[in-house]
Amino acid sequence: MENIAWSAFDVLLIAATLSLAWASLTTEHLRRAVIFFIAFGLLLSLIWLRLKAPDVALAEAAIGAGLTGALLLAAVADHQKPINKKPDQKFSLADFVANTFLNLLFIAFAIVFGAAYTFALNEVNDSRLTDIVFQHLPGTGVTNPVTGVLLDFRAYDTMLELAVLLAAALGVMAIGKTRRDFVKPGDMERGLSQWLIPTLIILSLYLLWAGANAPGGAFQAAALLAAAGVVMRLTGYVDGGLPQGIWLRVLLVSGVGGFLLVSLIMMFAGRIYFDYPESWAGSLILLIESMATISIAATLVVAYLCGQPDTWFGGQQKENKHAD
Amino acid sequence: MLIDQILYGLCGIVLFTFGLRIAFSPVHFLRRLLAINVAGAGLFLLLLSVAYRGFDQAPDAVPHALVLTGIVVAFSATALAVALARQLQNRDKENE
Repeated sequence: MENIAWSAFDVLLIAATLSLAWASLTTEHLRRAVIFFIAFGLLLSLIWLRLKAPDVALAEAAIGAGLTGALLLAAVADHQKPINKKPDQKFSLADFVANTFLNLLFIAFAIVFGAAYTFALNEVNDSRLTDIVFQHLPGTGVTNPVTGVLLDFRAYDTMLELAVLLAAALGVMAIGKTRRDFVKPGDMERGLSQWLIPTLIILSLYLLWAGANAPGGAFQAAALLAAAGVVMRLTGYVDGGLPQGIWLRVLLVSGVGGFLLVSLIMMFAGRIYFDYPESWAGSLILLIESMATISIAATLVVAYLCGQPDTWFGGQQKENKHAD
Repeated sequence: MLIDQILYGLCGIVLFTFGLRIAFSPVHFLRRLLAINVAGAGLFLLLLSVAYRGFDQAPDAVPHALVLTGIVVAFSATALAVALARQLQNRDKENE
């Protein structure tokens, strides 16, 4: 009986997710498409919970739905003609044939992919990586297996991933300036932000601390911290609470820097890189995670700002206002 | 073999294919970004379905870590694309 209830839940959840994705990619208005996409992200985080991946669910709700939604909604406002009308064309046989051929090709691809997946699940044997993870987890000083994989077993990958983030932030900063305010923030927004920002910071510290033993960790904490930055941006702080100049650079590189510093110290102490001594592992992981949180949060805020604020260019600010 | 594992995995494959199909068609740039994000979400769903091992067993933690970093990288790539598109548009405006 319980199984039937869960299966009904699964089917409903999958149907809702697929229809939201369909709606998001086929509706005419771009703004509506982005809002559908945010709802799609929230349903996805429900699916992650259902698949017993609470760490991923937290990150998806905060980044996949929240920050991506905020970023894309702002981007829709950039484009003057947000309606994505199809050009009025006469019916063309060549287009029709090409589209049908493409659709058939993609459907065939999905069927082959799906068959391969089902077949592969049948063949799978019971020994998986997870057994090795749980076997070695006591040596890492954390009990959350996802944190252990990210910060210890596959620390090298995570460091390179932070380098990717750093590259993206540098790219965004090199490209240009932020947008102007869409609306002037009123008293209500300011009042709300005074409650929201401290709450977000405290929640983020909690997630960082809890990540050792429970769902949470650097990425989720950073997403909440970045959300505080987005709220600041929306309530009139053009720089989203970020410092400028050298301090911003220090914040951005602190993630990769923390990893490198710890691994260098380990190498000078006669170990191989990313091999932490067992008694220190927990504290070292927390140190790296704290630095990574700050740097990921700064990167996410820079990504949302979509460039450098006018105020970072000093005297040029007034000129721009006149140019408008 | 678990029925829910297959259901969610197939759902991921459908999302991936559908997102890719839209991304390859002549649509607005932002729509293409949304489509790529949907396709990425489909792949994440496939990975996490593989990691899933039923109600009473702990899932595989390695794909979870992969997907976690994947979400953050997908966001930063999207942000870079949005910034590039803004510059392109500004350039178009200047040329008009």
